[in-house]
Amino acid sequence: MSLTLETDVLIIGGGLAGCWAAIAAAEAGAEVVLADKGYCGTSGVTATAGPNHWWVPPDPERRAQAVRERNARALGLADPRWMARIIDTTWRTLPTLADYYDHSLTAGGVPHYQSLRGPEYLRALRRYAEARGVRILDHSPALELLLHADGAVAGARGLQRQEGPPAGRDWTVRAAGVVVATGGCAFLSKLLGSRNNTGDGHLMAAEAGARLSGMEFSTYHTVAERHSTQTRSASYAFADYFDADGREIDTGGDPDVTVPLARALLAGPVYATLARMPADLQAILPQIQPAILLPFHRQGIDPFTQRFPITLHGEGTVRGTGGLRLADEDCQTDVPGLYAAGDVATRELIAGAISGGGAQNSAWAVSSGTWAGQAAARLAHGRGRRIGEAVDAAGGAGLRPTQGPGTAKPDASDLTRQLYDRVRAEMLPYDKILFRRAPVLTSSLETLDDLWRVARDQLAPGAYATARVRAREAAALVACARWATAGALARSESRGLHRREDATALDPAQAHRLLSGGLDSVWVAPESVAVSTQVA
Amino acid sequence: MIELVFTDRCTGCNTCVRICPTNVLEAGNGGTPVIARQEDCQTCFLCELYCEADALYVAPNCDVPVTVDADTIAASGLLGQFRRDSGWHEWAGQSPNLHWRMGELFARARSR
Repeated sequence: MSLTLETDVLIIGGGLAGCWAAIAAAEAGAEVVLADKGYCGTSGVTATAGPNHWWVPPDPERRAQAVRERNARALGLADPRWMARIIDTTWRTLPTLADYYDHSLTAGGVPHYQSLRGPEYLRALRRYAEARGVRILDHSPALELLLHADGAVAGARGLQRQEGPPAGRDWTVRAAGVVVATGGCAFLSKLLGSRNNTGDGHLMAAEAGARLSGMEFSTYHTVAERHSTQTRSASYAFADYFDADGREIDTGGDPDVTVPLARALLAGPVYATLARMPADLQAILPQIQPAILLPFHRQGIDPFTQRFPITLHGEGTVRGTGGLRLADEDCQTDVPGLYAAGDVATRELIAGAISGGGAQNSAWAVSSGTWAGQAAARLAHGRGRRIGEAVDAAGGAGLRPTQGPGTAKPDASDLTRQLYDRVRAEMLPYDKILFRRAPVLTSSLETLDDLWRVARDQLAPGAYATARVRAREAAALVACARWATAGALARSESRGLHRREDATALDPAQAHRLLSGGLDSVWVAPESVAVSTQVA
Repeated sequence: MIELVFTDRCTGCNTCVRICPTNVLEAGNGGTPVIARQEDCQTCFLCELYCEADALYVAPNCDVPVTVDADTIAASGLLGQFRRDSGWHEWAGQSPNLHWRMGELFARARSR
């Protein structure tokens, strides 16, 4: 038995942006279904983190100054109007969580709305969404979008992994509007909380006709203890770093330690200590970030007195800035009725060529989710669900191999693993990602094009839920890797997160965004004035 | 990655099966969950946070499975640490949420 639902708005993804989108759509009077790949409440990179939000009081001069300062660092690719919008929407929206989150009070007795602990934040958002009548489908990854004959989105299809294992149960949701909020693509790095962030939404949207933007800005990295996932940068603000001979590594006094540490890690092991953290902060660290000390305690390491080995985890597009291009101020993609919220969307509009970090990206998730949810609800109210119309499934690679029956295909789980490993081999090594050069990028792109052909032609997922989800993840990882690599090759300069060893200077002639897209044939092109994302 | 389910502590509520973001666990025939897909574990420790029986142990190594001794872990006081420090369930009010002081970490690190 499959599950078939009709609704006004379908949200794909139940992390920060997806939850806010669901709440906004429901508050606007829409019937809402939210399908999460995992469990809405623990899914997504925010649930394991502790986000701050870009938080500027409604004083016109202070807000204008915040936008000016941030735009000056965006290297020409941001849009100050979008920055002003997310500051305002975040300020007005975040306090509505107060019924579900036990905010700390500041000295003046004002709730501390902007800085929240991840597990409690997502637990609160789930309760908030449920209280507004959102129907949540947990462990229900979407696999493909459904499209009307006119190209507008009509819903999605997926499977419920925990219903009737091992096969699972298929679901189909028809909806007037769909919000994709599947997060950034972390390329299966060990970034905390990112295992599900395999670019599924990027692929589904691209299959439906969406374009991407800024995929070359996919190089953000975060420090963690060598075999740990705890990529929590606040504590590492106090870190000192050493090579295997005990010599201190000069990180240049810049808060961004990625480049010097990556160079050192390419040469050998690197060690850190948090000895400079003041004793009063050491004492309360478990109450600030309860998870960060777990790996240390469990290995008998005292990070405040001892040196421990570290690594850098790549974040792909999570705290990179690339993602689905937005066609209007409602966060609609190039596909009518399909909206993108949070890290799956490009954040160039608010961050430009450098990372939005935690605070800006969280404000983006709240705001883009809210706008997308409201717009999808308006669409449902206006045009309606179009339930009687025939629709087509848009999915390809990882769902329907082009090599027909009778062809001997490799075992799906073996092939999926190979694809995982080979994408990681192109997208995670520091020398390929942080120190980019044209010949290496060209070679990577050829490899990835081969992988795409394999995924498209041979990846036959079989009947079991886990294999079906993984096959689709493998196809999505390959697709995102190709857009990111093609973008990196096309941008023959260094700008912000994108560093080219063979073109180290910023080129004023390339102060434009790069769009990308395509499946069998990947393309990259400068965003022209005609298609630039304008706010009315 | 998750390494241990302590069947003597587990109440069989299967909350961990439900809340694991990557569907690592399955309800077992014996009433306690089993680790069915360890390779999907993202070492986020959230199963421990939600386990009111402190019956789960996630080893900090996210790259490879490791051998851990259940008796040593049980005696170590490590079980339930995340939940205690987070002030969840019966620890409510006993470990205040000081997350709002995060900004102070960055600010004081910069002012060295």
